[in-house]
Amino acid sequence: MNFPMPDLMPVLPELFVLGMTCAILIFDVISRTRTPAYLLTLATLVGAAAITLVTALPQTRYTFGGQFVDDAMSDALKLMAYVATFAVVVYSRGYLVERGLWRGEFFVLALFALLGMMVMISANHLLILYIGLELLSLALYAMVALQRDAARATEAAMKYFVLGALASGLLLYGMSLLYGLTGTLELPALARVLETGVGDDLVLAFALVFVVAGLGFKLGVAPFHMWVPDIYQGAPSAVTLFISSAPKLAAFAFTMRLLVDGMQPAVADWQGMLAVMAVLSLAIGNLAAIMQSNIKRMLAYSTISHMGFLLLGVLAGNFAGYSGAMFYVIAYVLMSLGAFGLVVYLSRDQHEAENLEDFRGLNSRQPWLAALMAILMFSMAGIPPFVGFYAKLAVLQALVGAGFVWLAVVAVLFSLIGAYYYLRVVKLMYFDTPRADAPAIVPAGDARALLSANGLAVLLLGLMPQPLIALCANAMQMTLQ
Amino acid sequence: MIGLNHYLILGSILFAISVVGIFLNRKNVLIILMAIELMLLAVNMNFIAFSRYLDDLAGQVFVFFILTVAAAESAIGLAILVVLFRSMRTIHVEDLDKLKG
Repeated sequence: MNFPMPDLMPVLPELFVLGMTCAILIFDVISRTRTPAYLLTLATLVGAAAITLVTALPQTRYTFGGQFVDDAMSDALKLMAYVATFAVVVYSRGYLVERGLWRGEFFVLALFALLGMMVMISANHLLILYIGLELLSLALYAMVALQRDAARATEAAMKYFVLGALASGLLLYGMSLLYGLTGTLELPALARVLETGVGDDLVLAFALVFVVAGLGFKLGVAPFHMWVPDIYQGAPSAVTLFISSAPKLAAFAFTMRLLVDGMQPAVADWQGMLAVMAVLSLAIGNLAAIMQSNIKRMLAYSTISHMGFLLLGVLAGNFAGYSGAMFYVIAYVLMSLGAFGLVVYLSRDQHEAENLEDFRGLNSRQPWLAALMAILMFSMAGIPPFVGFYAKLAVLQALVGAGFVWLAVVAVLFSLIGAYYYLRVVKLMYFDTPRADAPAIVPAGDARALLSANGLAVLLLGLMPQPLIALCANAMQMTLQ
Repeated sequence: MIGLNHYLILGSILFAISVVGIFLNRKNVLIILMAIELMLLAVNMNFIAFSRYLDDLAGQVFVFFILTVAAAESAIGLAILVVLFRSMRTIHVEDLDKLKG
C-alpha cells in the first residue's frame, strides 16, 4: 500500500511546538536549574511565531485530506496565542518561584495547551476540533492542580475537571447526532449537506442544542458559567492568568469553525440560542461582578460578560459581526493579560493580592502600576480612547447592521452597569489611602517592562485601531470566501 | 429486529443516566468519574450505530480517539482525586464548598 505524503508546510508551527515541548520535557529532567527550560520555552514561542509568519501565504491551504486548514484567521489567532503565552510565562516567573511551583511541568503543560489551541484554531474536521479541545483542556486541568498542597486549588481542579468533562460529553453527543444526520465529519462537507436540507429539522435542532451547550461551557457563558468564578479564584493566580487569556482565542476559533464554517446554513437555528446566552451572560456577568470583593472573582464575572459580548458579534451572522468578534477577542486577551498580570505581579510570598482591598491606594505606592491598571479598567469598561471601546463599537455596529437593535441596546445598558465595578477599582487606587499593613511590592524588571508594554498596547491600539481592524477584516474575508 | 433506533435509544438512556449521575450525586467524587466514563461510552454507542447505518468508517475511527482520550481523562481525573484526598482527607462532594462568594 502506498500512502501519499501530506503537505507538512501548513502544520509546520504545530510540529515545531510539539518537537520543542518534548525536548523541553526531557531537557528539564537532566537540567539542574529551571532557567534553561524557561529560556527554551520563550525561544519556542518566538520560533513558532517566526515560522507562522514565514509560512503564511495569502491563500488558504488544506492538508491531511482537508482535515487541517491554514488560513489568514488561523495565522492571526495563532500569533496572538504565542504573544499571550509568552506574556503569561514572563509574568508568572516571580509568583511561581516564591510558591515552589517553578517547575518544568508548568512550561510543558503551557506549551501542550498552546498546541491544543493551535490545533483547534486550524481544525477543519469535527475529530480534529475535539482532539485539540481535549489537548487544551487536559493540560489546563493539570495546571490548575499544580499547587498540590493548596486545598483551594485542588478543589478548583476537581470542579474544572468534572464540568469540563461534562461539556466535552455534551459536545460529543451533539457531534454524534450531526454525524448521523449528515453522514460526514468534515466541516465544509457538513455545511454543504445542511445547505441542501437534512429532512429532519427537529433532530438537527436537538443536535445543535447539545453542540451549543458544550460550546457555552467551554466559552464560559451563562447559563453554563458556574465553573468560571470558582476556577478563577481557586487556581494559582499565574494559572488563572493563562486560563483567562490564550484559551479564549481558541474558544473563539472553535465557535467560528463549528458554527460558521460548519453550520452556516443553520444560522437561523443557532442565532436564537446564542442571543439567549449572550443576554444572560451580560446580565449575570455584570450584575454579579458588582457584589464581589475578590478581584479574581470580579474579573471572572467580567470575563463572562465579555464572552457574552463576543457571542453578540458571532450571532450577528454577517461579515462585520465575525470580524468585530475577532477584534473583540484579541482586545479582550490583551486587557485580561494586563489585569491578571498585575494581580500576579502584586502577589508576593505568602500573600495573594486577590482582594480589591489590595489595590487600595496603589497610586501612592506605585503610581506607574496604578496608571497601567487604570488604563486596563477603563478599556474593559469600554471608555474611549482605549481599545476596549473600539472592540465594543465594532460589535455593536455589526449588530445594528444585522437588524438586532434591541440586542445592541441591551448590551450598551449592561456595559453601563459594568462600568461601575471597573471604575470602583480606579477609585480605590487613586482616592483611598493604602492599608498600613500592605505588603511591600518586590520589583521584577522583565515582568514590569512587559506589563508596561501591555498597558501601552491597549492605549495605542485604542488611539490607532485601524491596523488591527483591517487585519481582522482581511483575515475574515480570506477565511469566509 | 434490532435497528438503528434501538441503539440510539440505548445511547440516549446511558447519556441521561450519566448526566443525572453527575448532578444528583451528592456523595462520592468517584461516582462522578464513573458517570463521565459512561457519558463517553454513550456517545461511542451513537457513533458506532451511525457508522454502521451509514456504512462509513469515519464514525468508528472517531470512537477509537474518544476511547483514547477517555483513558487520558480518567488518568488525570484520578490523579486530581488523589491530590484532593491528600489535602482534604475526604472525597465527599458536599465537602467541596471552599470556593463561594
